[in-house]
Amino acid sequence: MVQASSVEIRKVNKFYGPFQALTDIDLSIPPGKVTCLIGPSGSGKSTLLRCINFLEEYDSGEVLIDGQMIGYDAPGKKMSGRKLREMRRGIGMVFQQFNLWPHMTAQENVAEGLIRVRGLPKAEAASRAAEALRKVGLADRMANHPARLSGGQQQRVAIARAIAMEPKLMLFDEPTSALDPELVGEVLTVMKTLASEGMTMVVVTHEMGFAAHVADQVAFMEAGELVAVDAPSRILHQPEDARIQSFLRTYHERNAF
Amino acid sequence: MEWSVFQQYGPMLLRGFGITIFCWIMGTILGMALGLMIALAQRYGPRPLRWLLQAYIEVIRGTPFLVQLFVLYYGGPLVGLRLDALPAGLLGLTIYGSPYFAEIFRSGFNAVPKGQIEAARAIGMAEVSIIRRILLPLGLVSALPALVNFSIILTKETVILSIITVPELMYQVSRMSTETFRYLEANFVLALFFWGLVEAISRLGRRFETRITQHLIERV
Repeated sequence: MVQASSVEIRKVNKFYGPFQALTDIDLSIPPGKVTCLIGPSGSGKSTLLRCINFLEEYDSGEVLIDGQMIGYDAPGKKMSGRKLREMRRGIGMVFQQFNLWPHMTAQENVAEGLIRVRGLPKAEAASRAAEALRKVGLADRMANHPARLSGGQQQRVAIARAIAMEPKLMLFDEPTSALDPELVGEVLTVMKTLASEGMTMVVVTHEMGFAAHVADQVAFMEAGELVAVDAPSRILHQPEDARIQSFLRTYHERNAF
Repeated sequence: MEWSVFQQYGPMLLRGFGITIFCWIMGTILGMALGLMIALAQRYGPRPLRWLLQAYIEVIRGTPFLVQLFVLYYGGPLVGLRLDALPAGLLGLTIYGSPYFAEIFRSGFNAVPKGQIEAARAIGMAEVSIIRRILLPLGLVSALPALVNFSIILTKETVILSIITVPELMYQVSRMSTETFRYLEANFVLALFFWGLVEAISRLGRRFETRITQHLIERV
């Protein structure tokens, strides 16, 4: 079992100039559970996700990781870079575009954080990187550079890079959206394994199947607001809000053939 | 054409060519180093420093090298900067090249996908490590063709050092011309030397580029 973090989001607001990207978001993410964020593009899902590790700076409200606010020491008072890095060590993130470092092999990509952030000796970092890559099924691809890997393989390396740091919370920003359909499955399988091990996961996704089967709770966002948070079956099968109904109708129409 | 003059002037021209290469190498290395520092300071430094550096870039890029060199060599002593011809020439080349190199590095850094920097931040890497391990290697790869290109331009700027009596190739060629009246031959040799040098640099640059990008190119 991994040690799992909880996340508490309270009254979070985020502006880009005059545009309000997030409005008074309240969301509880329990430890060891999978929370999926769904909603139309531009609804603020990714922005909210990125506020959790402070890649995106929220303007007001609080994001608490295990009770400690990230990004600010007190409202309006930014925390030091050192403290922020300390907190980020416990939070893994997986991006839509993988964002592997192209000049390093798969194994070097995974080992980099262990060496630079955790301060492990190179040999130990390499063996732990190998271990993480085995876990995502890429034991035979360790010496490959990202350019020589398929999208699905690259994303699995990215997941290995995150889990090698032994995070207590994992953030996934549309992890399968950039993949060819036949490569989506291998990434979702790895994510399911991670979920079954009790990792706290927050997943921005358009994979309703994943949300329905793996998520413990689903949050629906639209126009920077959190419309509803509930069990997946309630959101996906018996939505009460008209906005969710309309979103799902579009989704089903697009996927019908 | 009358080639026998080279029996007498050949060694002198070769020495001049050696000094040209020396000036070029030093000017390129020092100019690149200064340019890199400027680019990094402009990316991470406080705002007043960035403005100051931007002004420096505009002034140096906006004035001819010849004028800069005059100011440095003949104007320098007025403010206590008394340099011999060669050090003055090297300093001049360094200053002249630095803003161009800085701009090349800046665009190289900008070409590094933001997501790759974010990925490093997300796992808690310190900014210094990010610069050293991600930004510099990837930025340099993008910047390489432009760096080689400007280094080639710099080879030919070295001829201007002759006006402050640095005994490089142009200086020797002028001397030979005035002493023998063999202008055509002298300048022909000058052109030949530079052509060879530029050809060598561009070949080396291409080979280096192929080597460092071999892992970055998608091969199916």
